[in-house]
Amino acid sequence: MAYSDKLLDHYENPRNVGSLNKDEGDIGTGLVGAPACGDVMKLQIKVDEDGIIEDAKFKTFGCGSAIASSSLVTEWVKGKTVDEASEIKNTHIAQELSLPPVKIHCSILAEDAIKAAIADYKSKKSSKSRAAE
Amino acid sequence: MSMTKGNWSKDTPLYLDYQATTPMDPRVLEKMLPFFSERFGNPHSRTHQIGWDAESAVEVARAQVASLIGATHKEIIFTSGATESNNLALNGVGRFYKDKRNHIITCVTEHKCVLDTCRHLEQDGFEITYMPVQQNGLINLQELDAAITDNTLMVSIMAVNNEIGVIQPIKEIGALCRKKGAFFHTDAAQAVGKIPLDVDDMNIDLMSISGHKLYGPMGIGALYVRRRPRVRIVAMINGGGQERGMRSGTLPTPLCVGLGEACELSEREMGVETERLKMMRERFYTKINERLDEVFLNGDLEQRIPGNLNISFAYVEGEGLMMGVNDLAVSSGSACTSASLEPSYVLRALGVEEELAHTSLRIGFGRFTTQEEVDYAVEKIANEVTRLRAMSPLWEMAQEGIDIKSIEWADH
Repeated sequence: MAYSDKLLDHYENPRNVGSLNKDEGDIGTGLVGAPACGDVMKLQIKVDEDGIIEDAKFKTFGCGSAIASSSLVTEWVKGKTVDEASEIKNTHIAQELSLPPVKIHCSILAEDAIKAAIADYKSKKSSKSRAAE
Repeated sequence: MSMTKGNWSKDTPLYLDYQATTPMDPRVLEKMLPFFSERFGNPHSRTHQIGWDAESAVEVARAQVASLIGATHKEIIFTSGATESNNLALNGVGRFYKDKRNHIITCVTEHKCVLDTCRHLEQDGFEITYMPVQQNGLINLQELDAAITDNTLMVSIMAVNNEIGVIQPIKEIGALCRKKGAFFHTDAAQAVGKIPLDVDDMNIDLMSISGHKLYGPMGIGALYVRRRPRVRIVAMINGGGQERGMRSGTLPTPLCVGLGEACELSEREMGVETERLKMMRERFYTKINERLDEVFLNGDLEQRIPGNLNISFAYVEGEGLMMGVNDLAVSSGSACTSASLEPSYVLRALGVEEELAHTSLRIGFGRFTTQEEVDYAVEKIANEVTRLRAMSPLWEMAQEGIDIKSIEWADH
């Protein structure tokens, strides 16, 4: 199976590997997949006061396509608003990395990871604003 | 050897997958070559010297195969490989004796060609028992004893497993079968030429042999079929009645010669090769454990062929790891290597948890493996596991003392 140069580059030089403090109010964390299935992605976003994602980090247990998909997504979400980021579709990821058909599930997982991180951020924010009222 | 020494790359990787296939020994190739050209005869031609010459070469090869397993030449049937041999053993015996007994015992970690044939036999009215294995990959003899009934026609248990390299207690199984009057077939594709085998001492009635697993050519194998007491089989390929009517078709003289030579070389060199490969394996295993924590061996270490390791590198997914070590030709028990999302059924049968099954690599050493190669592979794998663990959320959780099993993971 031949992988694209873009995919190999993200695998060999992954961007934004790391962790943010998940207890901070401006951090959203998404943890998706399952060890038993061979894929787990943790994706975190740090959102500024204007609702713009200023930083993103990931850690992934999975095949090269899963690592590359999550690395790519951290690059894409940075600088976007939360709403813009939630527009990212797995098909965009699959197309950008030229994922082979058997690896489409990796891009689906990456989309799920962003959505989960955004949902976590939003639930934190709403509970904080409720607490302020 | 044509294989590159040093300077391994993605395009010319270091070969550590000797359970998948073995490169042909140059001495084997040399013996085969004349039979592709000037000695081209049909070994079944009975009317001229060119045919007789091919026939005598085939008969020498048959004797070489027989000698390696303590059989007589009349008990060796040439086939296209171990898959055909396994099909012939199970179907052939099954169909001949079906009216007398219709129970067959096999094991859950067998090769797919045994399991799939058993599935078909089930549809034809056979009763099949699939024996479980213990955590070390070996069957429990008491359980096997209890499973054999008056209706048991045959027990088919592999000598050596292709994924984890463990050696089943063949002699004990043979003794049990003989005592209870059941035939004993063993798929010995991974065992022949690697460990001493003697069909009489081990009470083996049928044995499957593969050419390309012992430095011989692909496309040839053999089935040993005992003559005293006689085992009868129904042929699957009918025609001119070659191979005593058990397998028709013109024998491929060059391939037969190659298999024979490969068997002779293995018989002669097994002792020295075993010692050398044990040293290689010990070196690899010791060094990798010095470099990495949380490395788990799958399958028994002692009851194991010398050229195999199957290791789970916890918290690092196997296919991801293989992409990082793409100048090594190894294989993984991870799901992602196949179309299905299920990890290796062999590792699952051992009770290896799915998350660990996904992190396994099979590393196979063989006749042409050098110490330099072993050292390079250890370095490469250890570095890559370290890199991938640093980006593994599971490794991070483990370091923080979080039990991965305490998390409710979604199915996908």
